[in-house]
Amino acid sequence: MNNVWAIAWKELRSYFLSPIAYVVLAGFLLIMGFMFWNMLAQFSRFVAIYSSMQQPGMMEQLNLNDMVITPLLGNMTVVFILIMPLLTMRLFAEERASGTDELLLTSPVSTLEIAFGKFFGASLFLAVMLGLAFVYPAVLMYFGNPEIPQILTGYLALFLLGMSTIALGLFASTVTDSQIVAGVLAGGMMLMLLLINWPADAVGESMGAVLRYLSITEHTTDLMRGLIKVEDIVYYLSLISIGIFLSQRSLESLRWR
Amino acid sequence: MLACLVRIPVGNRFFHNQSVEERLMIEVDRLTKFYGNHAAIRDVSFTAEAGQILGFLGPNGAGKTTTMRILTGYMPASSGTARVAGYDVFEESRDVRQRVGYLPENPPLYREMTPFSYLSFVAQIKGVERGDRRAAVQRALEATAIDDVASQPIGTLSRGYKQRVAIAQAIVHDPEVIVLDEPTIGLDPKQVIGIRKLIKGLASDRTVILSTHILPEVTQLCDKVVIISRGEIVVEETTDSLTAAEDLEHVFLRVTASDVVADEEAAAEQYETADAADPETEVADPPEEDAPAPDSSAGDER
Repeated sequence: MNNVWAIAWKELRSYFLSPIAYVVLAGFLLIMGFMFWNMLAQFSRFVAIYSSMQQPGMMEQLNLNDMVITPLLGNMTVVFILIMPLLTMRLFAEERASGTDELLLTSPVSTLEIAFGKFFGASLFLAVMLGLAFVYPAVLMYFGNPEIPQILTGYLALFLLGMSTIALGLFASTVTDSQIVAGVLAGGMMLMLLLINWPADAVGESMGAVLRYLSITEHTTDLMRGLIKVEDIVYYLSLISIGIFLSQRSLESLRWR
Repeated sequence: MLACLVRIPVGNRFFHNQSVEERLMIEVDRLTKFYGNHAAIRDVSFTAEAGQILGFLGPNGAGKTTTMRILTGYMPASSGTARVAGYDVFEESRDVRQRVGYLPENPPLYREMTPFSYLSFVAQIKGVERGDRRAAVQRALEATAIDDVASQPIGTLSRGYKQRVAIAQAIVHDPEVIVLDEPTIGLDPKQVIGIRKLIKGLASDRTVILSTHILPEVTQLCDKVVIISRGEIVVEETTDSLTAAEDLEHVFLRVTASDVVADEEAAAEQYETADAADPETEVADPPEEDAPAPDSSAGDER
């Protein structure tokens, strides 16, 4: 556990010592801010239109959660899939390219500890990212009264999705010493998981159900609406476990070449 | 499993009572490593005692790095066994890795970290207790004379400093066995002298495997010389008896002759191929049907 923490802490510090952390954070917050501003502007336009209609009950249909937060976080899933590989691609590919893998693999540290250390290091960075992104709902809380539990489950969905991307991206980063290849692999895997339910209606009932279950979109929707379902949590935990397991196997195989 | 349980005390308790010189810290027995069908090393055997500096020599590509990687627990051998500090490098890899300091060919440095934070990290993953870590890092910084740059990013340091940070990394956890792959490369003469002194000092109660191409360094520092050529050990002798009759350079050239001849043959072959592909000679003499295809890389090298 001590080793896991040592590697995770080193990883988190490395992010902030290289420009990548600041570029990713700035890009992420900028895109999210732009989306937020657009949705909020649209929301206030609706408020203006509805209030001019002077019909009782119309205003009650306007809801900050449904019209701003849920669509914002829903769009952020796509942004996440594009941005997270930038954070995961260096995790092990860089070690291999610079020869520091030789230090890690000749230290009294197991490959599972390395995999978990890397995973937690990147997850801590993700937590920082989402923490900073909480400024947008905070604005809503100050000026309006959105439902806070629903916001929290929405952020939980993004956090779980981000951790899944980290686990799979970590695996991608262990199979190559090229960061570009690792990044493209990670992005490709996540994009495929996002789109995999597209043919669901065409391939028959049972196969369609499988494809739907595999898709990321199926497992973010309810969480972002404020509904925590065990099957969704299990889905993300499965992706994370598979990613860490494959990473550990891949790291172990480095020894046998 | 039982064998493991029996073996551990042999390495640790029993030999501790004997004089330091007689304690075998490195026992390599018929080690073979295949990469695909190619044997990088074949039946490599040698030993080193506590307090010894062992010079590990050989032409490039002879299998030095492969042997050192197996001894440091980086990768397992295809067959044969090796024991370091009394532990089997495969069965008790973690115990070995805790007791070995390793300077690989490419210094394993994180460019964005400072020597201080880097060495703290290494000490941590090498299992140095939290309370002892600061002192261990300070000791390594001072031993390699890099304490003046301890808080500058490693990426901004000169090559000599980087090399010494990498050496500090190998000794920060006070290992019983230290494996150094060309430690003085990239250092200026003054720094070379400093590092040699450091290695000499380290060996008083530890075992050092020193791989280098600088032969005077070996005669100066090493108690024992092992020469590997084309994957096989060709010399294992004390430095004194080896250099009694002729100097080390001659010994090296003689025992690695087959390696050198092979290199020359390969070079000559390449030269001939390039010659045949030379367009000017082809004008006078039409090329044969089965003449080797023009090889641009071979042509460039002429």
